[in-house]
Amino acid sequence: MTMQTSRRAFLSGLGLVIGVALAPRGFAADALERGDLAGAPGVPAFNAFVRVATDGTVTVLSKHIEFGQGPYTGLATLVAEELDADWAQVRAAAAPADDKIYANLLFGIQGTGGSTAIANSYEQMRKAGATARAMLVAAAAETWGVPASEITVVKGRIAHAASGKESGFGELADLAATMPAPENPVLKDPADFVLIGTDLPKLDTVAKSTGRAVFTIDVQAEDMLVAMVAHPAHFGATVKSVDDAAARAVPGVLDVKTLPQGVAVYAENTWAALKGRAALAVDWDLSKAETRSSQQIEADYRALFAEAGHEAKKAGDVDAAFAGAGLTVIEREIVFPYLAHAPMEPLDAVLMKNADGSIDCFNGAQFPGQDRAAIAEVCGVDLSQVRINTQFAGGSFGRRAQFGSPYIREAAAVFAASGMARPVKHLWTREDDIRGGFYRPTYLHNLKGALDKDGNIVAWRQHIVGQSLMKKGEFDESTVEGAADLPYGIPNLRVTATATDLPIPVLWWRSVGHTHTGFAVESFVDELLQAGGKDPVEGRLALLGDKNPRHAGVLTRVAELADWGGPIPDGRQRGVALHKSFNTYVAEIAEVSIEGGKPRVHKVWVAVDCGQPVNPNVIRAQMEGGVGYGLGAILFDQVSLGDGGKIVQSNFHDYRSLRIHEMPEVEVAVIPSREAPTGVGEPGVPPIGPAVGNAWRRLTGQPVRRLPLSSAELA
Amino acid sequence: MVTFTLNGKDIAFDGDPDTPLLWVIRDEAGLTGTKYGCGIAQCGACTVHLDGMPRRSCVTPVSTVEGSDVVTIEGVSGAEAAAVQAAWIGLDVPQCGYCQSGQIMSAVALLQLVPKPSDADIDNAMAGNICRCATYVRIRRAIHDAAATLEG
Ligand code: FES
Ligand code: FES
Repeated sequence: MTMQTSRRAFLSGLGLVIGVALAPRGFAADALERGDLAGAPGVPAFNAFVRVATDGTVTVLSKHIEFGQGPYTGLATLVAEELDADWAQVRAAAAPADDKIYANLLFGIQGTGGSTAIANSYEQMRKAGATARAMLVAAAAETWGVPASEITVVKGRIAHAASGKESGFGELADLAATMPAPENPVLKDPADFVLIGTDLPKLDTVAKSTGRAVFTIDVQAEDMLVAMVAHPAHFGATVKSVDDAAARAVPGVLDVKTLPQGVAVYAENTWAALKGRAALAVDWDLSKAETRSSQQIEADYRALFAEAGHEAKKAGDVDAAFAGAGLTVIEREIVFPYLAHAPMEPLDAVLMKNADGSIDCFNGAQFPGQDRAAIAEVCGVDLSQVRINTQFAGGSFGRRAQFGSPYIREAAAVFAASGMARPVKHLWTREDDIRGGFYRPTYLHNLKGALDKDGNIVAWRQHIVGQSLMKKGEFDESTVEGAADLPYGIPNLRVTATATDLPIPVLWWRSVGHTHTGFAVESFVDELLQAGGKDPVEGRLALLGDKNPRHAGVLTRVAELADWGGPIPDGRQRGVALHKSFNTYVAEIAEVSIEGGKPRVHKVWVAVDCGQPVNPNVIRAQMEGGVGYGLGAILFDQVSLGDGGKIVQSNFHDYRSLRIHEMPEVEVAVIPSREAPTGVGEPGVPPIGPAVGNAWRRLTGQPVRRLPLSSAELA
Repeated sequence: MVTFTLNGKDIAFDGDPDTPLLWVIRDEAGLTGTKYGCGIAQCGACTVHLDGMPRRSCVTPVSTVEGSDVVTIEGVSGAEAAAVQAAWIGLDVPQCGYCQSGQIMSAVALLQLVPKPSDADIDNAMAGNICRCATYVRIRRAIHDAAATLEG
């Protein structure tokens, strides 16, 4: 294919271009050769994670992508603590792709997800900081001719009291980088922490409050094309034929190519690509497509409740318990819809081939090693010839973490088909995003519980039907996590799962299995407690017993915070939910009223125990965001298939996001702790749905049988 | 040929007059602080000031801005902008940050019109700006903080 440069739209009068990330070809390759990983040439490297520049700036290379959950700030805090740096001298930048050096220690490859960034890096990053500190001290000792043991480091100043010598980090950086790195540097006693546990300002806030932060969509390369792909409106459909005459006639459109993923339009600019794509007439082959509607899929799932399912958890004898006399038995079905992640920045990537044949990719890489391998394979170059330049990403919520990198495969296929002569920016629109699959799967839960005459829960049976995220066929822990390990002391318990197989691609969505198990368990336990005449807080505490102190701790704390049992304004009710996910414990109380026949959430109280808090400011932010993200989903969101299997929703008008007037006040208590830190990106999400649903049931007498709440027949 | 000013500089654009202002700002002028989020006036990520009023640039054909003054996050200035950005930084409002240029442009326009907005004023002015990270609690607080700063 030859791509001809069409005349670019004439633009004059712009002397200075601000805020644009222009990446000349070969730029990244040069940078890497210079060892310039942090984007500043010639900066002494102390180890894979720490650079100290001669001006004293400390740059921490984050092996985890920053998409709002705070790892740049969190990981840099861990380094700065042990380095005894002053926070004002600390910066963060993306580490390059390397599945060994930058592996997530819990995954074995480089990757961000499962709320693990702080948990897996806690020791590693502190060690990186302590190592760099020891090297700086060694350099000072050598320069000043004094014993290293007499040197102190406080807030970025290295000093030797006896001789009165003092220095910043910068003056010693070059020499320090040549010092041997200690194998096992001594880490601080947590009692001596000065940065960990404090509300340090986030490192990316200023760039993100001035429009200067660069995301993938902002990367502009010299001579770059913009490409978009027309995708089918049915999952599993393929291209039968294309009439591209009208698309090619659009000024600025350079070429059209049919790929396995759809039909790619290449253009000189975004508008021409959009117009060109809209002008395509594509005939799709539906022979292998999903053509059932959401209602049909739901009915097919319901029929699977008749099967036994794979047993994920068994305690006591459930069948015998349900056969007992004098019991109150309640049965409940809950239907969960497909959910799109809808990160604010739709998926995108910029690919360019350098003069030496190597390829640079700029993208929001959540699994950079996977992305790198996908590009090497699709573009037919050696793995060593591909570099991933991880950019800030406009959210993810799970969407950018894909084994096998299907999105990047599409971008690479588009790039390869172009001939790779010019850099290509591959963009998804919001429509591509909402209709692009990789959803939180649809699930049906069937729950059955029995109460004895004193209102105690004596039996619990739960059957979950839906697609397996890990494609494990028979059994997938992520389908039952949060249900099979429920903390409550119920003597007779059985949790089973049936995996289904559909051509609708599915993926983890902020908090994975807990998105539905948390809702089902916490709604049903609350309903049973109410039926048994128990208080939601006291009843849960009794079920937790004395073996679950951290669960009980957050529940007790949130009850205090909300003044549980105190007066509530007329027309409002409160709902409680408690859920552990990713080893973080969260309890939430939501105060809800009915407005226009729908729930209106006024205030949410949150207590979170994530072990040693690294940055309480970030923890509170993630709880606030988790509440808002989860609330929007349970109130409004579903991706549904209409008659014939066509995807119904397409953009924010019918895949609603929570908006500011729907956001409750949120008050967060972070539990002080010296336990190992755990993550906060996801765990704020699971409790909000059931907390609101439980308040709704108390307001209306109607348990939630279907999400989103706006789709249910509300009282 | 369409002519207008962008952050005070003269612009002459002779491409497709239907091109949304958003893509002229981003692709042609190279100012990337203004973001794409939906393309259908649903999310507010593309908010700019057109002759002082907030406008969704994704649905504004460039032909309609002839003779106008367009201001983006890169060029926004004045007491309200300074107060809003300081409040945003003080409260660490952004998470992923992608929506925040649009949020700030809407907030600045609100304060220029209503110096001491109520919660209801904030709801009205900001309901068109989606934040998928749901930073709304802090956005609200930051607008109140900025209003307090401006009051002196
Ligand atoms: S991109 Fe313009 S409102 Fe969403
Ligand atoms: S900060 Fe991420 S969308 Fe608003």
